[in-house]
Amino acid sequence: MKKVCTNKLTDEKFKALDEFIDKLSYKDGALITVLHKAQEIFGYLPVEVQLHVAQKLDMPAAKVNGVVTFYSYFSETPKGEHVISVCLGTACFVRGAENIIKEFEKRLSIKPGQTTADGKFSIDALRCVGACGLAPVVMVDGKVYGRVKVEDVDAILKNYI
Amino acid sequence: MGNVNIVINDIKLNVPDTMTILEAAKEANIKIPTLCHLNLHDLKAVNKVASCRVCMVEVEGRRNLAPACATQIYEGMVIHTNTPRSVRGRRTSVELLLSDHPADCLVCEKNRQCDLQKIAADLGIRGELKYKGEMSTYEKDSSSHSIYRNLDKCILCRRCETMCNEVQTCGILSAMDRGFETVVSPAFGLPMVDTACTFCGQCVAVCPTAALTEINKVGEVWKAINDKEKYVVVQTAPAVRVALGEEFDMEPGTIVTGKMAAALRKLGFDKVFDTDFAADLTIMEEASEFAHRLQHNGTLPILTSCCPGWVKFFEHQFPDLLDIPSSCMSPHEMFGVIVKTYYAEKFNIKPEDIVVVSVMPCLAKKYEAARPELSHDELQNVDYVITTRELAAMIKEAGIDFEKLQDDDFDHPLGESTGASVIFGTTGGVIEAALRTAYEWLTGTTLENVDFVQLRGFEGIREATVKVNDMDVKIAVAHGLGNARKLLEAIRDGKAQYHAIEIMACPGGCIGGGGQPYHHGNVEILKKRVAAIYSEDKGKKIRKSHENPEIIKLYEEFLGKPYGEKAHHLLHTHYIARKKI
Ligand code: SF4
Ligand code: SF4
Ligand code: FES
Repeated sequence: MKKVCTNKLTDEKFKALDEFIDKLSYKDGALITVLHKAQEIFGYLPVEVQLHVAQKLDMPAAKVNGVVTFYSYFSETPKGEHVISVCLGTACFVRGAENIIKEFEKRLSIKPGQTTADGKFSIDALRCVGACGLAPVVMVDGKVYGRVKVEDVDAILKNYI
Repeated sequence: MGNVNIVINDIKLNVPDTMTILEAAKEANIKIPTLCHLNLHDLKAVNKVASCRVCMVEVEGRRNLAPACATQIYEGMVIHTNTPRSVRGRRTSVELLLSDHPADCLVCEKNRQCDLQKIAADLGIRGELKYKGEMSTYEKDSSSHSIYRNLDKCILCRRCETMCNEVQTCGILSAMDRGFETVVSPAFGLPMVDTACTFCGQCVAVCPTAALTEINKVGEVWKAINDKEKYVVVQTAPAVRVALGEEFDMEPGTIVTGKMAAALRKLGFDKVFDTDFAADLTIMEEASEFAHRLQHNGTLPILTSCCPGWVKFFEHQFPDLLDIPSSCMSPHEMFGVIVKTYYAEKFNIKPEDIVVVSVMPCLAKKYEAARPELSHDELQNVDYVITTRELAAMIKEAGIDFEKLQDDDFDHPLGESTGASVIFGTTGGVIEAALRTAYEWLTGTTLENVDFVQLRGFEGIREATVKVNDMDVKIAVAHGLGNARKLLEAIRDGKAQYHAIEIMACPGGCIGGGGQPYHHGNVEILKKRVAAIYSEDKGKKIRKSHENPEIIKLYEEFLGKPYGEKAHHLLHTHYIARKKI
């Protein structure tokens, strides 16, 4: 039952994407615009979506995949239920943000940009978030944790399990 | 657009303003080293991503050095190509490339053929390397039968990408990721075998390093030769004999047919045969099929099917047009099946003891030999395919002094061939050979002048109309898959009407195949090979396939009628619709 629902949902998403593409007055050079829209609709850009875009725009899948992997804005994996963003701006960096992100990576066995197998968490590395006074800064789903120490990582994760 | 005055190393020049510094310098006979740059004029392939920075020169009034390959000239420009600063700049660029490149030249596949190695030597980079950095390592890709990818050796020049996307329009290889992680790869990091790659090998032909090479079969072939139980026969494609000499420092365009036969015998093959024989056989079948389609309102145009790169291309890109290519197998496949049936029977050899080795100018033929349907009685028609380069390696390994060899001949039967079969090796040759036979069959008259010069040349797409009886037969020829695509799209859209079309995947045809000696971007070499092919044709006593006495005998003793039932069963194949990734 659930499966059917998801399929229907996906169909609708593809339809929305197609409508967007069909309305474009130009197709050459539209790739980035289309990928933005696709990510907005699907939340990320899985292989099927990239293949679909390639086919719709009549261009090689390798070109599409090249653009998707070039821009850090695009993501090929779905975001986790909780997104852990670690600031790696200069202020946070000098105050040890690197060790903190490494600790999250170790705890969750994923790299920045990836999502845990159970879909619970993903890690993002951010550039300065403008809270340098609180460096190093970690945000989880928009909630800010300031002056984080490596020892705090466990406690932060516990809030979301 | 007009001319401008510039000065390079104190030489005054008046040259078109569309030129780059590199092109202008050439006019003044000044050599600027390049690496990523590739300009195959006649093929309309230009790679100018300017990624390697090996061509740096000094321009007066400009603070930093300029890449000569990508910097356009302007009025009054003053350029210095050999100042200490520009030489230092170049050397630094190469040293940086070397800092992320394995230094195993001695045992590298491309040793002595590598452009990076050559430039490092030319710039006098010796001893300890200046920069040591993190080395990027990648998984090697040996998933296919044709192409080996070792991206540890990739310098990101992106020539392969240009070839694959712009010349071949296959779009398999593209730059992925960014920064230190950048890699040139198929979509989603797929192994080559899971892509729509045609295995034309044109990416391999232009890769300056050993990042892209062939899947090497030399070891297996030695093993078969040394196995006393096996009866190992070898066949050589038409294009091999006009290029093999280059591997032994002979002039491009030298014909080495006799020496090649002698060398193959010395290597220990039990029989030395000629794919040219099978090319004549292909013409018998293809010309019959063409005549049949013409006379029975069959599907037209007929497309040649000798080129496995082209075959895979249309299976992926035009799966709706699978009924127009000829059903003929490629010559070396026909050869394989004839050896394992007719020849085996005639000389009382067990087919399963026979090993057929093809020496080909081609990487796609490696893949083709493994296609399951190209087999008979559960034996693959062809067991191993090695390239012209691999054959040269075997000859060197065996310590044979190639240049001093006395000319030798092929074994018979299956060694006799005509001029028609020789020209299979170049663009335009297959259709010319087919016409020489089809013309006589359809008109019942003798063709006096066999040279259809209107079909020859280097233009990407060529057309000609030939009068056969009272009919205007329209022919087209395309080489390079981008040109093939244009023709096929025109046919699909009903915009072009032809009776017969020849297509070869590689620019120049087989003489420019992905398994040939590296041309290092020099298109003149390809043209010399073409000239050699036509001169070999001219020198042949018999120049029409249907007059080959061994072919006539093969039909009499074994096959029956051309395009008849037995021939159909053994020598024809079918095609498979494939995905377009
Ligand atoms: S073999 Fe041909 S089709 Fe395949 S990646 Fe290389 S250039 Fe592209
Ligand atoms: S694989 Fe070869 S041709 Fe392609 S980018 Fe790397 S070095 Fe250049
Ligand atoms: S040859 Fe000019 S930048 Fe590579």
